[in-house]
Amino acid sequence: MNLDFSVVARAIPFLAEGLALSFLLTAVAMAGGTAIGLVLAVIRLSTWRSAGLVAAAYVNGFRAIPLVLVIFWFYFLVPLALGHPVSALQSAIIAFVLFEAAYYSEIIRAGLASVRVGQWQAASASGLGYIQTLRLIILPQALRNMLPVMISQAVILFQDTSLVYVISLRDFMTSASIVANRDNRLVEIYLFAALVYFVICSTGAWSASVLSRKRSLA
Amino acid sequence: MIGAIVTPLRNSAGASTDVREPIVESSPRAPMVEIKNLCKKYGRLEVLKNCDLVVARGEVVVICGPSGSGKSTLIKCVNGLEKFDGGSVVVDGIAVGKSNAEMTRLRRRIGMVFQHFELYSHLTVLQNVCLAQIHVLKREKNEALAKARGLLARVGLPDKESFYPAQLSGGQQQRVAIARALAVDPIAMLFDEPTSALDPEMIGEVLAVMLELARDGMTMMVVTHEMGFARKAADRVVFMDQGAIIEVAPTEQFFEAPRAERARLFLSRILSH
Repeated sequence: MNLDFSVVARAIPFLAEGLALSFLLTAVAMAGGTAIGLVLAVIRLSTWRSAGLVAAAYVNGFRAIPLVLVIFWFYFLVPLALGHPVSALQSAIIAFVLFEAAYYSEIIRAGLASVRVGQWQAASASGLGYIQTLRLIILPQALRNMLPVMISQAVILFQDTSLVYVISLRDFMTSASIVANRDNRLVEIYLFAALVYFVICSTGAWSASVLSRKRSLA
Repeated sequence: MIGAIVTPLRNSAGASTDVREPIVESSPRAPMVEIKNLCKKYGRLEVLKNCDLVVARGEVVVICGPSGSGKSTLIKCVNGLEKFDGGSVVVDGIAVGKSNAEMTRLRRRIGMVFQHFELYSHLTVLQNVCLAQIHVLKREKNEALAKARGLLARVGLPDKESFYPAQLSGGQQQRVAIARALAVDPIAMLFDEPTSALDPEMIGEVLAVMLELARDGMTMMVVTHEMGFARKAADRVVFMDQGAIIEVAPTEQFFEAPRAERARLFLSRILSH
């Protein structure tokens, strides 16, 4: 077989654009998903029963649907809901944020529950209110416990950004596949794409394991 | 040796009572804690049965009894950490559990020390002692720092302020926890088995701090199995069993001649081991 990797070099600017989109989606979905996930987790841990049930239904609902379907649906539903057209990127961002929120809320819920009950008692015994206790005492300790899992989730999320091909957005994987077909160099391009994913994702996995080892030492 | 670690508590602690909240002076004659007919259930299990107890200002009360007798639950009802099903608890004229606003106001005036210390593990010793001062009492940072350093010196840990809790021994952590509780100038202190989680050689240093506090006139409710501490520091001893207060007696009388058979049995077990 005759491999020609110069095609990769020529495609790099185009692939970089795709990679930028993948990173953008990952970053926005992480930030937005964490924020909404935090609210969901706090509601589910609170004594407010009815809201807790709604939050639980949200989380379990999203976790029971494949992401690709969510992306596809939001592409059609968001314009209907808003009453005006939105770009594919905007609908993808909304879909990713809402979908990831379900997963992050479970991670955060486990993280909050990992902090001893006594910490809540000590904080409220000293006169701190609920929100103060959460912000000053519980979240900082929970965050330290859940950071490795959050990074692992981000690695999965990064790989999942390739699913935006269903609404014709060009993430890294889609860009690679366009170049591969255009230049008819499937092996070279897909080998390169695999290498890029491998390097990025194993860096993430490695930092997660370093963090969790640090945590078990502390 | 133990006495050497603990410098007298009164001179710098009492001096800077928080003037913005004159709850302390509100009702000087009334008892500090009034527990009336207190009941609590976990499902079918009665953890507190019609408990009555009045603690005077400046009084030190030791609460003892077999495990599961409701001692910890009783003192956690005093600052509202545990809810109760019947009866009433009044602290310094404020009814516990009635309104949230009152509870928050009350809690900042009652210090509590826990069995497992419950220091905030992500904060340094100094930050632990400053946190409630800054975020609850809204003290200026410099004022809080000065107060914290003074208290750390008095519990014998002036050189540990930048350590994290995990870097300290159990006895040191508990002394920091006492400093943290004192930092908001409490009118009463609750101790929930403060030495039960400690190695034997560290119990003394914690009890010494508590003894100083008692001698300085702090109102204290102490759940403990340390009968030596009870003899030295307590004005009265409360004996609980199966959720009920069985006997309340002046310390000497309790140890010389406990009236209740169960208290006698408990004492003979705990003192002979």
